[in-house]
Amino acid sequence: MKVVDELLKNPSAWLKVGAPPGVMVSSRVRLARNLEGVAFPGWAGEEESLSLWQSLRPILEALPGCAAPVALEMEGLSRVDKEILIERHLISRDLAEKGRGSGLVFKADETVVIMVNEEDHIRMQAMSPGLSLRGLWRTIDGIDTDLERQVRYAFSPRLGYLTACPTNVGTGMRASVMLHLPGLVLMNEINPIIKGVNKIGLAVRGLWGEGTDAAGNMFQISNQTTLGETEDTIISRLEQIVLEIEEHEKHAKERLLQQKEISLRDHVGRARGILTHACLLNSKETLDMLSALRLGIELGLLREWSASMIDELFLLIQPGHLQKVEGKIIGAEKRDLARARLIRTRLTAKPACPP
Amino acid sequence: MMCETCGKKMATVHWTEMVNDAVKKMHLCEACASAKGLDVNNPAAFSDVMLGLGAQKEPAAKERDVACALCHMRIADFKKTSRLGCQACYETFADELKPLLEAMHKGNQHVGKVPAHKEAKGAAKAGLLPSLAGLRQKLEAAIAAEQYEEAASLRDQIRQVVEKAPAARPRPAKEKE
Ligand SMILES: [Zn+2]
Ligand SMILES: [Zn+2]
Repeated sequence: MKVVDELLKNPSAWLKVGAPPGVMVSSRVRLARNLEGVAFPGWAGEEESLSLWQSLRPILEALPGCAAPVALEMEGLSRVDKEILIERHLISRDLAEKGRGSGLVFKADETVVIMVNEEDHIRMQAMSPGLSLRGLWRTIDGIDTDLERQVRYAFSPRLGYLTACPTNVGTGMRASVMLHLPGLVLMNEINPIIKGVNKIGLAVRGLWGEGTDAAGNMFQISNQTTLGETEDTIISRLEQIVLEIEEHEKHAKERLLQQKEISLRDHVGRARGILTHACLLNSKETLDMLSALRLGIELGLLREWSASMIDELFLLIQPGHLQKVEGKIIGAEKRDLARARLIRTRLTAKPACPP
Repeated sequence: MMCETCGKKMATVHWTEMVNDAVKKMHLCEACASAKGLDVNNPAAFSDVMLGLGAQKEPAAKERDVACALCHMRIADFKKTSRLGCQACYETFADELKPLLEAMHKGNQHVGKVPAHKEAKGAAKAGLLPSLAGLRQKLEAAIAAEQYEEAASLRDQIRQVVEKAPAARPRPAKEKE
């Protein structure tokens, strides 16, 4: 689909461009809302969902907070297009599984997305690079207030915004921050951090895989509870915790440099060697190697590439983006070939497979 | 920390279960948690076991078979998907939801944003049953500090309050105004 092709011309909204490389990669705030008197999407019939999408779509497209909107219905999208939207964090895997009557409306710069008929009638999110939870909450709160002038939400004074899953009831808000934590992983200090964060009611997930298998050392931290606290309280706690983790990560990097400088340089150097010379690269290996390069850049060991360039590669090597760039659907093995070629081209401007 | 069951993968699923005042801590990897029948991708079902509050409610809460007047969902449907059918389900299944909500959230009274059209009608925004929220925080703190006797007594107090308190139920859609 044309509109999806257009997306590839720009970096995703969660990528930091030109900013100094940091621990905080991106932030997101999402609100779940449902309309009064209509069955939730999972229980509603297709006709009901379709009519809801048709009546909501023009309202969402006219929202002042959603400039130059793009609206897409799931039914008309190819598998690869859906993958790209997932990889760019515009839709969830759950929405991608849906068909008629489910869709999304997003601001052209991809900073605001509204999913229709995913698990709830409306899931709206604001997204930006770095740590900016408060700004994102203001943005999405404003859009929500504009929308509520035109629709009536399912709301109870006691339980707040009523959602299909009771885990979201109350504020309906999920705030999250994506962090790059190679220092804590290399110093074997990530597990106690994950445990501590879980204990205070926040969830930690690897962005690509779980726990020690978290590829690329990218972690996403979000609130787990939505009822009984204000949005501000929830955001403040999350913000405080990610700032603390950022401190821990900085200290871990300092200790890496002091205690293990040689193995650190070896780690970064090997990643550079593999990425610039391999002929086949699978997804997990590439994510881990890119994380090592990013670490090298963050520590000032590597100067020929920027962190934003590496962050863009994190996105471009995902299966959907890779197939779009190749212009055709390709199997896993061919993808490894294409992935290695893309990385070499970007890093060394030499696409030919060495030696 | 490694998974207690397989000892191979990292434990990412942690919970504290209280069964007859005995506290049991479990640390499992996602695969082993799923194998134990914990649906880790399904927070509702998962939270059900988290504090043992919902799971071990006495047989008093026998399988009722009620259907939602608005959307016709039955309890069995909700248990299958852990997703409600419509807003009125929160009223229909209030008894089943109460322990779940208690276990998975920090309080039982919404204190966040209120849509303008509801606020105008003077919707209750003041915290109700603050004692319960306080008790729950103390319980969390006690568990975190591994003070299990304290935790057990707090758990009993919570259960008493929960059972005596009026149900945290939204009024049906029609009467909402
Ligand atoms: Zn295991
Ligand atoms: Zn219902």
